[in-house]
Amino acid sequence: MVKDLSVGLCGLTLKNPVIPASGTFGFGLELADEMDLNVLGGISLKGTTREARYGNPTPRIAECPGGMINSVGLQNPGIDVLVNEKVPSLRKVYDGCIIANISGFSLDEYRECCARADACGGIDLIEVNISCPNVHNGGMAFGTSAESAAEVTRTVKAVCQKPVFIKLSPNVTDIVSIARACEDAGADGLTLVNTFLGMRIDIHRRKPVIANKMGGFSGRAVFPVALRMVYQVAHACRIPVMGCGGVASAADVIEMMMAGATAVQVGAENLRNPLACPEIIEELPVLMDELNINTLQEIIGTV
Amino acid sequence: MNKSLYTIAENTLLAPKTYRLVLAGKADVEGEFVDIAIPGFYLRRPLSVCDREDGKLTLVYKVVGEGTKALSQMQPGTELEVLTGLGNGFHPEACREEALLVGGGLGVPPLYLLAKELKARGKKVTAVLGFNKAGEIILAEEFRAVCDEVLLSTADGSAGVKGFVTDAIAAARPSYDFFYTCGPMVMMKVVCGTLEGPGEASLEERMGCGAGFCYGCSIQTKNGPRRVCKDGPVFKKEELLW
Repeated sequence: MVKDLSVGLCGLTLKNPVIPASGTFGFGLELADEMDLNVLGGISLKGTTREARYGNPTPRIAECPGGMINSVGLQNPGIDVLVNEKVPSLRKVYDGCIIANISGFSLDEYRECCARADACGGIDLIEVNISCPNVHNGGMAFGTSAESAAEVTRTVKAVCQKPVFIKLSPNVTDIVSIARACEDAGADGLTLVNTFLGMRIDIHRRKPVIANKMGGFSGRAVFPVALRMVYQVAHACRIPVMGCGGVASAADVIEMMMAGATAVQVGAENLRNPLACPEIIEELPVLMDELNINTLQEIIGTV
Repeated sequence: MNKSLYTIAENTLLAPKTYRLVLAGKADVEGEFVDIAIPGFYLRRPLSVCDREDGKLTLVYKVVGEGTKALSQMQPGTELEVLTGLGNGFHPEACREEALLVGGGLGVPPLYLLAKELKARGKKVTAVLGFNKAGEIILAEEFRAVCDEVLLSTADGSAGVKGFVTDAIAAARPSYDFFYTCGPMVMMKVVCGTLEGPGEASLEERMGCGAGFCYGCSIQTKNGPRRVCKDGPVFKKEELLW
């Protein structure tokens, strides 16, 4: 029997639930020569701010058991380049769901960038990053209290017609209260989780490996924690969840969906294997057959 | 970029902690470096290509951490998953007649393939190779077999000119119209700062994806941010800010 991998997400139909996570797939175009982008359910583009940013000094990357730390620091060409160049170029070669990921250092910046993304024809969905651990006085600061998360949500929802997902930080005591605050403030969905604040020290040099000292830890090791948070949030909220964190296989995708995720983002695994997403998508029907699943939609939140 | 399996044909000690790794597999025709998955480690390890012929890739690496230590213990016959065809290399076509190659330590191996390409184009090639001490010298014979002239320097004076590559260059004053350098950043900074005329430098940086989409290895240049893995690792001297 032909397997149905499609899922519905806020009125959009994704051909499958697999989406490369923001920051681990550039603006999509970087990988256009390496794979058929059109197999992907969606692409979450690199986090974008109002002005162009170089980001943090190098080294920005550190190896860890079961994962890695990154501290890229939101390097991006700015919202103008996103809506005028990156998205139109990607739209020409990609027919799936294009997700703009927006970061900001102030409510004004979030409002302005989300309004610009909302007005950009090629963008299907807006993901608001209130959880970047790598920039000071921004990003994560908004995502670590229910009040400020709700404030960002209200601010961007006021200027957006397109579905707005808020990307949550796992570096909080109670992610459910923040998720509920975003839902109450009008979020159409939630993406969780962003990276976990982490650190490594080079014991020979007696210095942090990462130039910025700390960074975001991600990779296979975080999967159980991310899954737990997806499960808690999906069961506490009515809006859809995109599950993210340590996903590396078709089995992980199905596990995330059983926990309550409608779509599943693949992050750090892309850095180990640039072909991770197409390989997972190819593997999904085989695993569905083994598990007697005919349509992926039917397994969402079944545990 | 290609992802494929290669088999270790050779993994031998060349100098203290420094190994020659020969991989047999799919004929790989381009790319400045490869990115090797080492079982048990999360990210791949990027290594520059030292030589490439008949479907074999020669890489030279130094044990600097747990990943390269594990690699050094792998036996011939072991399969490794490798991303090939990564990065932009040196431009042998930029040299008119006489090339100067300046390598330091583990920056020496990638210049070997370049030396062969330059000779294939009929250029006169002088190589200046710098090491800490005589016991750490690698590939000197291989360079001598290819280049018109090979100058050595060691920091402790145990072989060649005592001092740095720049001291060997100052003593011999080789003629060149284009230089190519690879080595420690401090060495390349001095080389690019003191050598006249145009040249290229091959940079090193901790990488995430190795293929240009994670932006983990971006550096600031005169032309804005550039990814060492994708826009480089070789950059024009004039582009670098140091």
